[in-house]
Amino acid sequence: MPHGEPLLAIRGLNVEFGLPARPVRAVADADLTLAPGEILGIAGESGSGKTTLCAAVMRTLPRTARVSGRVEFAGKELLSLPEREMARLRGRDLAMVLQNPMTSLDPLYTIGNQLEEVLRERRRGGGAGRLGSAVEVLRRVHLTAPELRLRQYPHQLSGGMRQRVLVGMATAAAPRLLIADEPTTALDASIQDEILILFRELRESAGTAVVIVTHDLSAIRRLSDRVVIMYAGRIVEEGPTVEVFRAPRHPYTQALLASLPRIEEEEVVLQPIPGQVPDLARLPPGCAFAARCPAAIPLCREERPRERTVGERHRVFCWRAGEGAA
Amino acid sequence: MSAAAGERPGDAGGLFGGRIRAGAGRPPLFATAICLLLVVAALGGGAIAPYVPDEADFTAILAPPAWVEGGSLAHPLGTDQLGRDMLSRLIAGARISLLTAGAAVLAGGTVGVALGLAAGYLGGVVEAVVMRVVDAFLALPFILMALAFVAALGTGIGNIILVMMLTNWARYARLVRSEVVSIKKRDFVLLARVAGLRPLPIALRHILPNALTSILVLGVLDVGRAIILESSLSFLGLGIQPPDVSWGLALAEGRTYMTVAWWLTVWPGLAIVLAVMSFNALGEWLKAGFDPRGRL
Amino acid sequence: MSADAAPPMVEAIGLTKTFAIPAATLFGRARPVAAAVDVSFRIPRGRTFGLVGESGSGKSTVAKLLLKLEAPSAGRLLVEGQDIFAQTPAEELAYRRKVQAVFQDPYGALSPRMRADRIVTEPLRAHGMDRREAEARAPELLRLVGLPPDSARKYPHEFSGGQRQRLAIARALSVDPALLVLDEPVSALDVSVRAQVLTLLREMQQRLDLTYLFIGHDLAVVRYLSDTVGVMYFGRLVELGPARRVLRRPAHPYTRRLVALAAGDAPLGAVRLQGELPNPLAPPSGCLFRTRCPYADATCAARLPEMRLAEPDHLVACHHHEAVAAGAKAETGPMLQEA
Repeated sequence: MPHGEPLLAIRGLNVEFGLPARPVRAVADADLTLAPGEILGIAGESGSGKTTLCAAVMRTLPRTARVSGRVEFAGKELLSLPEREMARLRGRDLAMVLQNPMTSLDPLYTIGNQLEEVLRERRRGGGAGRLGSAVEVLRRVHLTAPELRLRQYPHQLSGGMRQRVLVGMATAAAPRLLIADEPTTALDASIQDEILILFRELRESAGTAVVIVTHDLSAIRRLSDRVVIMYAGRIVEEGPTVEVFRAPRHPYTQALLASLPRIEEEEVVLQPIPGQVPDLARLPPGCAFAARCPAAIPLCREERPRERTVGERHRVFCWRAGEGAA
Repeated sequence: MSAAAGERPGDAGGLFGGRIRAGAGRPPLFATAICLLLVVAALGGGAIAPYVPDEADFTAILAPPAWVEGGSLAHPLGTDQLGRDMLSRLIAGARISLLTAGAAVLAGGTVGVALGLAAGYLGGVVEAVVMRVVDAFLALPFILMALAFVAALGTGIGNIILVMMLTNWARYARLVRSEVVSIKKRDFVLLARVAGLRPLPIALRHILPNALTSILVLGVLDVGRAIILESSLSFLGLGIQPPDVSWGLALAEGRTYMTVAWWLTVWPGLAIVLAVMSFNALGEWLKAGFDPRGRL
Repeated sequence: MSADAAPPMVEAIGLTKTFAIPAATLFGRARPVAAAVDVSFRIPRGRTFGLVGESGSGKSTVAKLLLKLEAPSAGRLLVEGQDIFAQTPAEELAYRRKVQAVFQDPYGALSPRMRADRIVTEPLRAHGMDRREAEARAPELLRLVGLPPDSARKYPHEFSGGQRQRLAIARALSVDPALLVLDEPVSALDVSVRAQVLTLLREMQQRLDLTYLFIGHDLAVVRYLSDTVGVMYFGRLVELGPARRVLRRPAHPYTRRLVALAAGDAPLGAVRLQGELPNPLAPPSGCLFRTRCPYADATCAARLPEMRLAEPDHLVACHHHEAVAAGAKAETGPMLQEA
């Protein structure tokens, strides 16, 4: 790795659900590293495994999931860590923000109650110097009138405000890694950017690395340093964000970008991807995208593509990626 | 989302989402077995019982259970003061208790569901009137209410069922109304209105099926409650009358002999406790699965 | 559109809807909150009117009014010249055939305990067709929206989000409606699926001569289908005009911002809007947008701007629309930094 010791290293991660005889591989053979302070975007559609991947790292998967592989976080192997140590890591070094700010706060308690509770917990765990008071936490996430908000109940805050509170809570102890799973999906467009900016500020002020999982490609494009594209449980492309968006190498990435509505001159153009996401329980032997891929050749249907490096820290899983024009 | 975790709760087809998978944790096997046993006893009745339940046998008065000294395998649970077989009387009691409880739950459920549906869907005056009556019924202690009704109407199985129905319908009405109020705001109900469906088909086809699981859970819980109520009334002499047999009645009759023949009171008492606990356990398990927010 | 002799498909005149918020305290009074105020627009037959705005802007209220799921507090709503809130029961039934809807949530829109063929043909049966005849039409409807005919026997949970939305569209089309109300029909879908559904909607419109009211919050998505665009802010229309022109020369500062956001390539933080929607119980004086607007001055606090012509056919409610259209100021609001 060119950036020294990685903060998070995922090696050969597999997550399976369902009967062992007919397994559904929600995540297959995932390899991924994240440097300290790096912002990584994971993009993919429903069923691509992006959420499951994060849940595997946080160890919040349902008990029916079968996980194999290694997840190293700051030198510790998370998958084999005792639950008590894992619980200590979660919330302090490892934090998480979820999609729905409406259900992530308890409607019966004020914002202040809930925030104090989290802060108490963090202090007991040998709190870092950053913690500060509840008001300071809210100030860090630019919530207006923080003293008033502390006395209010969740339903008195808008969705954007609640998500700010949740980001503030999650990052109160300056975690080393924040995983944000669709943090802006439930919010209005004008508020989405405000939340994304918080993540960038968090990296700048506390050196936190961020993994943001979303199907909103524009958020990833503008926020992340690197991007991972997943399809049907597998990573299909990974590279520097600027490079991947400017010159995507995997046909799926290309198709995904083309399906975004874009304003060109006075018209809006978009190009749907034909066909459907395959059933994870009945994946074809070759490349999962082959059936929808305009560049597919017979080899693609027979054998799973191997990793190919196409640039610095830019890899693609596609048989035709080496040929330049796909 | 992953394929396995992507399903929304309450989103599956079929009444139980295709298969029974209610509850947190394992199903209460013992309770379920007891409930099934009781249902078999209630339906089988005379076919299973070794003796006719009110057949007196003066050669075997107050015979103790088989394993106690002086007992015999002819009457495994012993006999009562008239020499009637306790096991047969318990089975006959199960029949009466379960049938009255079942009928009361069914009758109260039907009335309550219909009124709750009307109140929730129509709103306005209908809702205000129905819900005030519901509040009134829920505010009265049910045993007192039952006593008052029995005093006014007289005893007899038909009246007992009627009385029990009067004491339980309000809970169904309240539950169904709150379910309906939330279901009717869901998109598929709005779209049914857009499609031109009239209120009755919407209520029956779209709203009721989606409230059904909660109603069933309440129904199972209510069976236990109804058994207690019937037993209490019978114990007080206001419920089932001889020569019919009921656990509560048997308990009352055995009281006099408690010091000399414990089995006269212990068996019916045990039957009531087991039946009520089993139906409650089963109901609680279903409730944990279908009603995680505890609205029942 | 002024030369049309026949009445437009939809005409809204001063449409207003207020709700009562229950009292906050035991002895307090219920307070009225306006969800939509003085909304006027027309949709010619076969065209699409796109309505854009944030959540709480009142756009869904307009949809519910057009679907007769709510009644207006004031104003009139005419469909083919007929006031839909002055209908006889027979006229209402006919209207229910003419107007159908597709909503945002592909999970909530389909009754979870009904099979696809029944879902798709339920509107037909509501209008008196017998069950066998109606369900015989299911395969044809499914094919129309690109679903395999054998999906007729499946339940909603067996479909993906995009397929469910196709199912919802098939259902809406079953009664040959003339007008479709599309309330955020693609917002809950994945990007590639979103593109599929949008192209399907465009294809259906051309093939079946449908009129659309399309509601969304993403200007690029709304623009893809719309001929005319209305921008709502806080219950009021603030800009209304031909989609192309609104897109090229937005005259309201709020629209300018939406356009900049929709372009999608602005660096993070370059397009910002301070604060959030104002409190509906205590709206600001004058222009409702002034609390978030870089152009705001004393005039904006004093007077509510009326709708006025910025260009032919292009209406805007802003005191400073000329400066806005010229782009006198960047969309960047002051950064929200606490001292």
